Order: sequence, then C-alpha cells, then structure tokens
Amino acid sequence: MTELLDNGGGSAAARRFMAGREAWHWAEALPWVVAVAAFFVFPDYLALGTQILIAIIFALSLDLILGYAGIITLGHAAYFGAGAYGTGMLSAHLGWGEPISAMLFGGFVGGVLGFVSGWVLLRYHGLTLLMLTLATAIMLKEGANAAEEWTGGFDGLVGISIWPLLGSFEYDLWGKTYYCFALVVLLLCFLAARRIVHSAFGRSLVGIKGNVGRMHGVGTPVHGRLVAVYTLSAAMAGLAGGLFAESNAYVTLDVLSFARSGTVLIMLVLGGTGRLYGAFVGAAVYMILEDELAKLSPEFWEFGIGLLLVIVVLFFRRGLLGSLDDLRARSMGGGA
Amino acid sequence: MTAALQTIALGKHFGALHVTRQVNLSLAAGARHALIGPNGAGKTTLINLITGALSPDEGQVLLGGRDVTALPQARRVKQGLARTYQINQLFSDLSVLENVAISIAERVGAAGNFWRRASANSHVIDEAVELLARLKLDAYALTPVRELPYGRQRLVEIAITLGQKPTVLLLDEPAAGVPSAESHIILDAIAALPEQIAVLIIEHDMDIVFRFAKFITVLASGGIIAQGTPEQIAGDAHVRAVYLGQGGDV
Ligand SMILES: Nc1ncnc2c1ncn2[C@@H]1O[C@H](COP(=O)(O)OP(=O)(O)OP(=O)(O)O)[C@@H](O)[C@H]1O
Ligand SMILES: [Mg+2]
Repeated sequence: MTELLDNGGGSAAARRFMAGREAWHWAEALPWVVAVAAFFVFPDYLALGTQILIAIIFALSLDLILGYAGIITLGHAAYFGAGAYGTGMLSAHLGWGEPISAMLFGGFVGGVLGFVSGWVLLRYHGLTLLMLTLATAIMLKEGANAAEEWTGGFDGLVGISIWPLLGSFEYDLWGKTYYCFALVVLLLCFLAARRIVHSAFGRSLVGIKGNVGRMHGVGTPVHGRLVAVYTLSAAMAGLAGGLFAESNAYVTLDVLSFARSGTVLIMLVLGGTGRLYGAFVGAAVYMILEDELAKLSPEFWEFGIGLLLVIVVLFFRRGLLGSLDDLRARSMGGGA
Repeated sequence: MTAALQTIALGKHFGALHVTRQVNLSLAAGARHALIGPNGAGKTTLINLITGALSPDEGQVLLGGRDVTALPQARRVKQGLARTYQINQLFSDLSVLENVAISIAERVGAAGNFWRRASANSHVIDEAVELLARLKLDAYALTPVRELPYGRQRLVEIAITLGQKPTVLLLDEPAAGVPSAESHIILDAIAALPEQIAVLIIEHDMDIVFRFAKFITVLASGGIIAQGTPEQIAGDAHVRAVYLGQGGDV
C-alpha cells in the first residue's frame, strides 16, 4: 500500500498486486500429486478413480456458474447427459468411436444446448430460475425417453464401441488408460477454468454475483455475460458426460436424472463453491464415502451422505475447503 | 445546441403513488444542475428513470438529442450516462483498485474476453491508478473497500462511475452519511470534475448545493415546483415554504 505512495511506483505496484491475485500457490500441486500417486498405489481402484475424475470435471463446470456467477441450478445434469448421449450416439449410430473427438463432440452438444437453454433461462433468477433449470432437465430426460429409436429409451443406449486411444492404448481391464485420459482432460479443463475466472470476464461475473445492479450501472451486458459463462460451463459438463459414456460404453437415462443434478450440487457445496478446488475435494470425498458406505451397508449409505451434508451445511458453511481457510486465518490471527 | 440530457414529460406510478409527474429537465454539456426536494419527493426515482433502472409510464429520456427511453441501462451507460448511488453499491471484498478496474474494463471492452488474464490488461490497471490518484485515493488502492472510512467509500462510489468517462453524470447524494470532518474530500472531488461533463447532483446539504450549482430544480411530491438560478430559488417563497424553511439553514 505504501508503495503506491512512492512517485511513479503506482502502476508497477498495482500490476504486481493484480498478478498476485492469480499467482500459483504451492498447495495447488497437492490434488495432482494425489491423483498421480493414486494411479500407482491403488491400481485396483482405477475404475472408481476415473469416475471421480469425471465427477470433478462435472462439479468444476458447476462451480463456474454457481460459485463465480451465482447462477443456482438444479438441472445441470441436462448438459452432462446431452454430452453423454452425444458421444454415445456418435458411436452407436454413426460408428465413430475415436475417443478424443467423440468426447469433444459431447462437449459441443452440451455447449450448444447450454447456449440455447441459457438464453431463455437466464432471463429469470431466484426460485423461478431454479424451477426452470429443473424443468429443463426433466423435459430433456422425458424427450430422451420418448426418442427410443435414437437413445434406447428406458433400456439405455447400447452398441457404443470406442476405439483405442491415440490408436494404440487399448481400453484395459483395470482402466489404466481411461484414468490417465480423464486426468489429462481434467487438467486441461481446470487450466481453462482457472484462466476464465482470473480474466476480466471472470471478475465481471464475480461483480454480477455480488451486485448485479451496480454491474448494470457500469454498462455490463449482464444477460450476455451470463449466457457466455453458462455455455462454457455446459460445454465442460458435456465433456464430462462424453468421457462418462466412453468409460462405461453404455448410457442410460440416469445421466439426465434429477439425482445427478442434485449430487453434483452436493459435491460442490461439500467441497466449497467459488474456489475451483472445492470441486476436487467435494467430488472425491463424496464418491469415496459413497463407495465405502455402500460396502458397509448397501441399504443405508445414502443416510451417511445425508448426515455428512447436514454437518457440512450447519457447521462448515463454506464447505470443507472454505472452513480450512477460516481455520488457517484464525490460527494466524491468534498467533500474531 | 442539443441538450446533453433531456427528459420530456416523464411520469411514473408505484401503484397508487404518483411518484414522478410531468418532469421536464434539460442539461447542457458542462451543466452544474442541482436537484433538491424533501425526503420522498421522488429524486432517486427520477434518476432511476433516467438511467433505465426503472421504465417510465409516460414521457421520454433523450441523451444528446437521441431518444433512449427504450434502451436498457447498460446501453445508456455506453452512450455516456453514468450515476452514483445514494447507498454505496461497492464490491466491498475487493480492493479499491479492483472496484475501479471492473468499471474501466467494462468501458474499454476488456471484460468480454474470458481468455486474457486480468493482470495483463495493463492499460486498464494504469488508467485505474491514474483515476485513483486524481481522486486522492491512491494510498488506498490495494485496500479492501470495506476497510475504508465511510467518506473514502463514497469517493470510491464516484471513482467507479468516473471509470465510465461519462458525458452525463448523475450524483445521488454523494455526501450522504459522510461525517462533516470528511465532507470536504467529497466536495473537492466534485469541484474537480471535468468541466465538459453535464452534472446533475441530488443533495440535501444546502452548502454544497449553493456552492456547486449554477441551476436548481426543486422537486416535491414527484413534480417540479420551481426551477432557476440559486438566487431565484433562495428567494422563492413557495420553495421556502415547502422545503428550504424546514432546514432553516438558508
Ligand atoms: N420501488 C418502489 N416501489 C414502491 N414505492 C417506491 C419505490 N421506490 C421508491 N418508492 C417510494 O417513492 C417515493 C419517492 O422515493 P425516492 O426514493 O425517489 O425519494 P427521494 O426523493 O430520493 O427521497 P430521499 O431524499 O429520502 O432519498 C417514496 O415515497 C418511496 O417510498
Ligand atoms: Mg433518494
């Protein structure tokens, strides 16, 4: 602060300050170290690991709109599902199974749907928006159910055949290939999301979330800005869906279900919104817990998840990562 | 010459309340125009109608001679119309610098780019620093807004608005709530506004009004009851009865 008082130092200090906002922290290496270590330490759990990575991408896409732009939705599975069916149908009906391009096609389908639906949905807010996002996903699911010829309806889409990755890495028994593939896709999605939130565009989203009236007042085309981030988010959800279809070689209506929309919201709230890494922690904790609890008690695992959610929203308001931050701030404040 | 800002027979109802009645205002470039009136007269509502935050039931708003009544708020801002708020509308967790940078990035079109780092927009940062220096806020540039004394926060409110480089500036009680020991910083900032901007200021403090304004409009119950130079208004018996007499400070 005092540096700014120095003559001529103002701009340099200001630029340094702005650069500091987006500087990397050493702790950001942790999730990647864990992901790589898990590959070697838990070779029997790579199938679960892959599903966790996909869930993280999906939760990350939700964080872009919920955590940064303040768009609350109960229908985000619409874009995940659209991506899954897009990728799946490309293979099942057109015989195209090249995994990278097929996944990108899933992202494209999610993005287009996000743009079109977002254009309408984002004219509303609050409870109305919440109900409309919910309705969108329900209608899409019923549409997929009715279009049985294309989607397989209630029985699911079969006949998905994915070619070896990069022409040589076969889909193997322990899913090593898909784990690595999903991890690379997550890394790229994360880098993109990080870039987006630290752009002037990202700052304006935070402004919209914080005080939309003021943003109108500085000339922000609020609707356009929200549609843009909604489209980016939907495309990322579509990528996750595409990856999901490929790794399972099977798509059911479940990808569009309300449960999936709710679960991704729970994951993100669990980890903490508006911080990107909340998606990592939330999705991993949720899915590992689900797996362990289901082993303990196949009937009651959901009770455990529910209990955890209650504890988090009551006592760790800002999610696991947010609470960690608070704890650190408090211990530093106490030590000073 | 066409007026920088003009309203023609502007009218607005809130249910049964006729909050704006047949308001005709005209500000030339460089105008220093005060809008005064008792609490609840409809001053803020008038600003909301002019900026497009509310849409009028009747009448028109013209910017530089062009009818903007149908344009959304953001488009009017792009045409040079900016305002401050009676109650601070700040991003209080962000630094002063970032509050202003959000506004400038929006004006220069940088905020539409989701791939360029905010810290790479050096022209935005430099302009923000310059603007803060001009308002003597540079010492606070890196401080979160919520940690600022209230008077400085009111100044940030003005700084964000000036980031738009407006041609027409609407100030809604810029000194409201500022302790008198600090009010000079607001006065100085207002006195230092670029000359060519047309300024409409709402203010209850008659010192500020009479020091600043070349022309005064008095609003009561939504309608204009008097318009004129400060001397004319000060001498107007009707105005005294409705408004000035209350404070007893003129
Ligand atoms: N959105 C609204 N809906 C209904 N009534 C409103 C609304 N906004 C303002 N009013 C009413 O309209 C009247 C004028 O309000 P306005 O805020 O424009 O007054 P003002 O002249 O700015 O007063 P002050 O000097 O206290 O700021 C008041 O009676 C207020 O209660
Ligand atoms: Mg007011």
